[in-house]
Amino acid sequence: MKKRLITAAGVAFWLIVWEIAALCVGKEVLLASPVRVIIRLFELVPSVSFWNSVLFTAGRVLIGFFLGMTVGVVLAVISGKFSVFEKLLAPLISCVKSIPVASFTILALIWISSRNLSILVSFLIAVPIVYSNMLEGFHSLDKNLSAMADIFRIPPVRRFVGIYLSQLMPYFRSAARLAMGLCWKSGVAAEVIGVPNGSLGEALYSSKIYLETTDLFAWTIVVIAASGFCEKLFLLITDFAVKRIERL
Amino acid sequence: MAIEAVNITKKYGENIVLNDFSYIFPESGCTCIMGQSGCGKSTLLLILMGLIKPDSGEVRGRPAKLSAVFQEDRLCENLTALANLRLVLGKYNSAELLSEMTKIGLEGCENQPVRELSGGMKRRLALLRALLAEYDVLFLDEPFKGLDSCTKARVMQLCRDKTAGKTVILVTHDKDEAEFFGGNMIEFGERSV
Repeated sequence: MKKRLITAAGVAFWLIVWEIAALCVGKEVLLASPVRVIIRLFELVPSVSFWNSVLFTAGRVLIGFFLGMTVGVVLAVISGKFSVFEKLLAPLISCVKSIPVASFTILALIWISSRNLSILVSFLIAVPIVYSNMLEGFHSLDKNLSAMADIFRIPPVRRFVGIYLSQLMPYFRSAARLAMGLCWKSGVAAEVIGVPNGSLGEALYSSKIYLETTDLFAWTIVVIAASGFCEKLFLLITDFAVKRIERL
Repeated sequence: MAIEAVNITKKYGENIVLNDFSYIFPESGCTCIMGQSGCGKSTLLLILMGLIKPDSGEVRGRPAKLSAVFQEDRLCENLTALANLRLVLGKYNSAELLSEMTKIGLEGCENQPVRELSGGMKRRLALLRALLAEYDVLFLDEPFKGLDSCTKARVMQLCRDKTAGKTVILVTHDKDEAEFFGGNMIEFGERSV
């Protein structure tokens, strides 16, 4: 309760700072006030087009995220098992990690339609993050426990659930948190470049073109909220699933 | 078939831990390996278990079913005490495991994560796991370390009862422990055998 109060007080403090800054600037086109942004959000939320935009982007970002998580984990498992594969993959992973989102996006626009751009970009962002985290997890597995499992002849499934899952989960959670946030960021950024119809990226782009700063802030808050919600929900489901599996 | 160590040599860098060690471990009963810390007792045990390879020599007649208390407890810290037992001891039901935990003085901590247990409790849990597992040879590497004298006496008695007539290889530097379990004794010198 106390922690929540402190967090709420922190948010309130920065909202006040924002309001004062907006009053000092005095021009909505340069800096919209938080009150105006909240009012605009209340106008946007009941409309069908708002939810269509949110679902359009969320669907694609999440597809890219889940594909990225799956491929990242599979590649990490193979690399953890075969060091040759890890060495082979290392230049590709560091290359994908350092290529700017804009370069990906422009290149991807040549290959695929702008509607599915955010899937590809989210996927490419998620893979190296998940791969690196999970590989680190595999490398840090307690070899003593593996030897114990060998001696006691623990069957593979029980060995995975009982010994490896709990050791790998912190790495998986941290990868998922990081990847989810970045998938949303880069997915929406890609949409701003590709401007697919009915996406959050298009809404942000329109705000910029028509200098509707209040809308820009409102849509940005929507993206932050959607990203946070997806992250929390994913971790909640993951933790619940892991607990159920460990109880088996 | 008895386990046989044949001309085993193991070095860590320049440090020779085992030098041409040979021994035939009897098929049943306890064999105590004694010696000061760092003289290679645990290394020999790990070689006998097949967990590390000797630089030269070999181990013959190692059975398929082994059980062990390692130098470290090697428990899953995030799992509960009961879950740690269930991980290895699939054929026991929870009631049986709880009854065995009571015998070794671990009653009431079955649902506690292992990371919250004391060193002595972890040691007893590791010992119980090894004693209840199915095995042809049981390896015990200082299984009673960290136990207070009263608990130690009780646990040693339980351990001797449960291993009666079975093949046990016990590593210890405590002469009283070795005498309590009886059987053959191998004494390691300061550096190596």
